[in-house]
Amino acid sequence: MSDSAPNFEADERIKAEPLISRLMKRPELGAIAGVLLVTIFFLITADSAMFTASGIINFMTPAAQLGILAIGAALLMIGGEFDLSIGSMVAFSGLFFGVCVMVWGLPLIVAIPLTFVFSACVGAINGFIVIRSGLPSFIVTLAFLFILRGLSLVGLKWASGGSTQLRGVRDATENDWLAPFFSGDAFPGFFAWLAEAGLIETFQNGTPKVPGMPVEILWFIAIALVATYVLLRTPIGNWIFAAGGDANAATNSGVPVRKVKVTLFMVTACCAALVAIITVIDAGSTDARRGFQKEFEAIIAAVIGGCLLTGGYGSAIGAFFGSIIFGMVVIGLTYTGFDQDWFQVFLGGMLLIAVLFNNAIRKRVTGER
Amino acid sequence: MSEDSKFHHGEVKDSVPPIVQMKNIEKHFGNIIALAGVSFDIRPGECHCLLGDNGAGKSTFIKTMSGVHQPTHGEILFEGKPMSFATPRDSMEAGIATVFQDLAMIPLMSVARNFFMGREPTKGRGLTKRFDVEQANEITMTEMRKMGINLRGPDQAVGTLSGGERQTVAIARAVYFGAKVLILDEPTSALGVRQTSNVLATIDKVRSQGVGVVFISHNVRHALAVGDRFTVLNRGKTLGTAKRGEISPEELQDLMAGGQELAQLEGSLEGTV
Repeated sequence: MSDSAPNFEADERIKAEPLISRLMKRPELGAIAGVLLVTIFFLITADSAMFTASGIINFMTPAAQLGILAIGAALLMIGGEFDLSIGSMVAFSGLFFGVCVMVWGLPLIVAIPLTFVFSACVGAINGFIVIRSGLPSFIVTLAFLFILRGLSLVGLKWASGGSTQLRGVRDATENDWLAPFFSGDAFPGFFAWLAEAGLIETFQNGTPKVPGMPVEILWFIAIALVATYVLLRTPIGNWIFAAGGDANAATNSGVPVRKVKVTLFMVTACCAALVAIITVIDAGSTDARRGFQKEFEAIIAAVIGGCLLTGGYGSAIGAFFGSIIFGMVVIGLTYTGFDQDWFQVFLGGMLLIAVLFNNAIRKRVTGER
Repeated sequence: MSEDSKFHHGEVKDSVPPIVQMKNIEKHFGNIIALAGVSFDIRPGECHCLLGDNGAGKSTFIKTMSGVHQPTHGEILFEGKPMSFATPRDSMEAGIATVFQDLAMIPLMSVARNFFMGREPTKGRGLTKRFDVEQANEITMTEMRKMGINLRGPDQAVGTLSGGERQTVAIARAVYFGAKVLILDEPTSALGVRQTSNVLATIDKVRSQGVGVVFISHNVRHALAVGDRFTVLNRGKTLGTAKRGEISPEELQDLMAGGQELAQLEGSLEGTV
């Protein structure tokens, strides 16, 4: 056999790969480059207040709320499926949570787990229909986009006696020991200390302008880290990539593709539930328009973060940065002289660039020519 | 590739008991008789070629062997004991690995991730139980080097590999996970000359490790280059098994085509088929 061995020596036609081109293959690279670009753009055009502590908190808060959804959407997209119903899911689980607290008078320790279980069940229904029927998840979840939005309206009218808003959640949860984990600001002591040390801006009376870190930002970071760990360092992560890359090949190799996909639908729904709980407690009310069009924004953030629409490729960290870009643009424009409505143009442009970029990256990775 | 090749070939003695023995297998789909009494066996360390033209029943036969189909009549003996495989998983666990033409590989994923797809090594326990990426990478690099493929790195995407290399990854994976019998479904059908010879070399390596290789092909030259025994399937029946050296490529070709027509055609093509 030795006579054919030289064929296998290091191929002289493969050039040593420079660092830059190895970096080019990371799915999240586009999003990180995007964050840099957007930062530079706003450093030049925006009021300097944007990059003070309070400015950063200002754009990180909407980024975090979107990002929790986007990371769920990214995992599902890597797993090869879509969920267009996550925006409606926010309203629907918000309604359920509101009913738990306001109508049934449950404490948060019961209401929150119940909301997660309920949302996971709705996600599982989505998943089962997609898996059983073999239909594209795009169509099935599009149906649920309307079904859940409609149910939220009907349910709200029932729960509130005719209104499309259910108020008073804040009063009901104010003294609950679990509330601080889902609303308000974390580490007030640390921020007070920063203010005393003169590291962040303060009001006249010496209290910091930023009282603390909004909890949703902590949730956002924690979920991004957990999702990245699961994707890159657990067998389940490998199954998610495999299920999205080629469900048939994955099944033949012993990957429980159906279970993986249904679980991902449930995880996405739970992400929507978390956003619902955080925003409902924060706002003190729930309404039928909550989460409106968030499904598109979440998918856009995931795509900017490097997820392929065809599945099997992407990253949670990418979705994390994709959401930050989103928050920066939507809030950042108020710091500039531009009309706010440029936001949508910017968004569409980013999406287009991201898709073109991802397509090029995919060809690079698979060695297509 | 000439009739006699550079491979040293498995020296299989008739005394070695076969790993898998298929006796008079029949498979009917409704009123269609796909297999009408096929006998076949495979011994450790040999390459047994199953030849046949399109529609001869090759696919049905290997699917029966790998547990996808259950035979209508006939008997399968695995290591001497009667065996019926209800699912592909059963036969995989017994040690029969099938590499189908789609290879069950995902182009966007790295070689290491593909190698361990569905069978990831883990370390730690409980909540810290995780995919042992370092071990997976190391094993992949070692196994691929054994098969004569130098990867740029374990994170190289399968999509960047050539068809022959992908085939080799699939074979290496099956062997690493303890295949005693390796069924290769037309592994050379879509490959160029160089890649074909690489795959044939891989088959030779696997055989020398004592794995029984079932090589399905309709290319007589590829079969003769590496095979130890040859069974020809025609219209759902076996036309007998020949040992290496007992049969010429022309005879095999004729058997596959069912004799007459090809002989005439070959005449007009001046022996190029």
